[in-house]
Amino acid sequence: MSAVVAGASAPVASATRRPRGGLFRAILRNRKAVVGAVLLFLFILLAAFPGLFVPGAHHDPQAIGDLPLQKPSGAHWLGTTGLGQDVYAQLIYSTRESLVIAVVAGLGATILSVIIGVSAAYLGGFADDGLSMLTDIFLVLPTFPLIIVLATYAGKGNLTVIIIVLILTGWSYGARQMRAQAMSLRNRDFLESARVRGERRSYIIVVEVLPTMISLIVANFLGAALYSVLTAAGLQFLGLGDPSSLSWGTMLYWAQNQGALVNGLPAWALSPGLAVALLGVSFALLNYAFDEISNPALRPVRRRRARSAS
Amino acid sequence: MRYLIRRLGFFVLTLWAAMTLNFFIPRMMPGSPEEALRQRLSKGGAVVTPEQLRTVLAEFGFDPGQNLMLQYVEYLRSMVTGHWGVSIGSSLGSPVTTLIGDALPWTLGLVGISTVLAFVLGTLIGTVAGWRRGGLIDGIVPPVFIVTSALPYFWVALLLISLFAIGSDPILPNDFNYDQGLTPAFTGEFVWSVIKHGILPAATILITAVGGWILTMRNNMVTTLAEDYVRMARAKGIPGRKIMFGYAGRNAFLPNLSGFAMSLGFVISGTILVEYVFNYPGLGYMFYNATVSTDYPLLQALFLLVTLAVLICVLLCDFAVFLLDPRARTKG
Repeated sequence: MSAVVAGASAPVASATRRPRGGLFRAILRNRKAVVGAVLLFLFILLAAFPGLFVPGAHHDPQAIGDLPLQKPSGAHWLGTTGLGQDVYAQLIYSTRESLVIAVVAGLGATILSVIIGVSAAYLGGFADDGLSMLTDIFLVLPTFPLIIVLATYAGKGNLTVIIIVLILTGWSYGARQMRAQAMSLRNRDFLESARVRGERRSYIIVVEVLPTMISLIVANFLGAALYSVLTAAGLQFLGLGDPSSLSWGTMLYWAQNQGALVNGLPAWALSPGLAVALLGVSFALLNYAFDEISNPALRPVRRRRARSAS
Repeated sequence: MRYLIRRLGFFVLTLWAAMTLNFFIPRMMPGSPEEALRQRLSKGGAVVTPEQLRTVLAEFGFDPGQNLMLQYVEYLRSMVTGHWGVSIGSSLGSPVTTLIGDALPWTLGLVGISTVLAFVLGTLIGTVAGWRRGGLIDGIVPPVFIVTSALPYFWVALLLISLFAIGSDPILPNDFNYDQGLTPAFTGEFVWSVIKHGILPAATILITAVGGWILTMRNNMVTTLAEDYVRMARAKGIPGRKIMFGYAGRNAFLPNLSGFAMSLGFVISGTILVEYVFNYPGLGYMFYNATVSTDYPLLQALFLLVTLAVLICVLLCDFAVFLLDPRARTKG
């Protein structure tokens, strides 16, 4: 992903008053991007080395303790579950599965939407009609109920099933945007000149069209990742995930099942959701920041407004 | 006119696709519905005769002996004519249409009002924030609503419950649609009870849904403001407010409007979770219950109904775009 971004930043940099140092510098200069990136980096760290963040006593997050339903204390920072498991340890160890779902499903959905959206716009004619129709149908089919129906018939979904279903239901929104953007690009002068130069179609799509769409593509990945995090957590919360797996949604499922709120344990009931929310926020912040960094159309407006304001 | 005909064609086609999915998913999945049904019916220790099983399966539109194509045609016919079968879940034997009829008004009231409110509020705030790009409102609005739009529905619901509806003397109730001690009637007490029970679920939907509208509207607004005709309008000295709503806002609003219909799917997914958390007896909660009790006829009918609802909204938004956007009229 980063390689694609770097490739795209070159024409943008020459087009506007971009400071030297490219994308990295641009991210550092954008506060939303910094906050989002730091959050995401933290989650990646947690996912990669959960053991570093959990006191040695709780290295097995599924270990059943003899003190169920404890309030937060020095020994159990976020209290314990109905089986006496340490909530904090579960929270940290759950990061991995939730992050993997987000990234894999987000990537899959984005790739699918780029392929379908851009080919629809660029091929035109019957191919466009067919692909657009397919996109629109998938777009309006209520995905979450569909996922629930699927999960109900397939039994408790394992991780792979959840990810595949998320990809299949998450691509359509992006594809529509991709197609719209590619359509608006189709008659721009720089593509016309490439066509006049006699470039191949595949060359035009990959080298001319895709880089100009990079902000949309990155935004789409982040959006799809956000959708995946929230939807997966929702599914697991309803009990449609694997109840023995370690993820935030499953934690919420058990918290709800064992009446965490009613038993006066808000830390247990709310912390996994907070983690989901924070991961979502980091994707959303990055998404928003990328829009500001890599969409040259947005920036001159801001400069002008700033000058007129002063 | 061609535009409208195309949209109507799309409506029919998508509905057909939904029904087809509905028909084939249970037949393609591992674990036959027949087996699940047998388990379900004999759960109470009752012995299920093959005849009984066949009767229920026939109601469900499933006859293992019959040709798949014939079954499919039969299924489509009964769906279109409103023969949606009987529930095989917790309320065994009641017609699916009756069950849905009981739950529908609650969901329509709760979700309908809060969704439209979120859309209108979000669009307005987004217009203003985009207009004053870099200004005070624009400095506060995006970060705040990026955060709220990324919050999971059910988490907001749980948070609101733990803030307002837990303890010995909760400020607001945390489940059901009205005080169960009251009989439904058009009295002040009953209406107040309904409103009180609706506040938290509605607030949940509002908080999580409004951010998305604000952000997309703001970004549309920013993009539109960079257009030449806006610069032209500024150069002509047209008053700012008029440019904001008449020039930029009107055009920035169009993608938001089509987005509204599209996003209903997301809203519905949120509704299932919100109604589940609040035990609100609407369609979303019913959907969840149908899942838990593997009530296939109810599940299928609900899925179809939800699709139908989204499609009708899409159609309405298409009409609105048709009225607002001359390009849609001529493009065809």
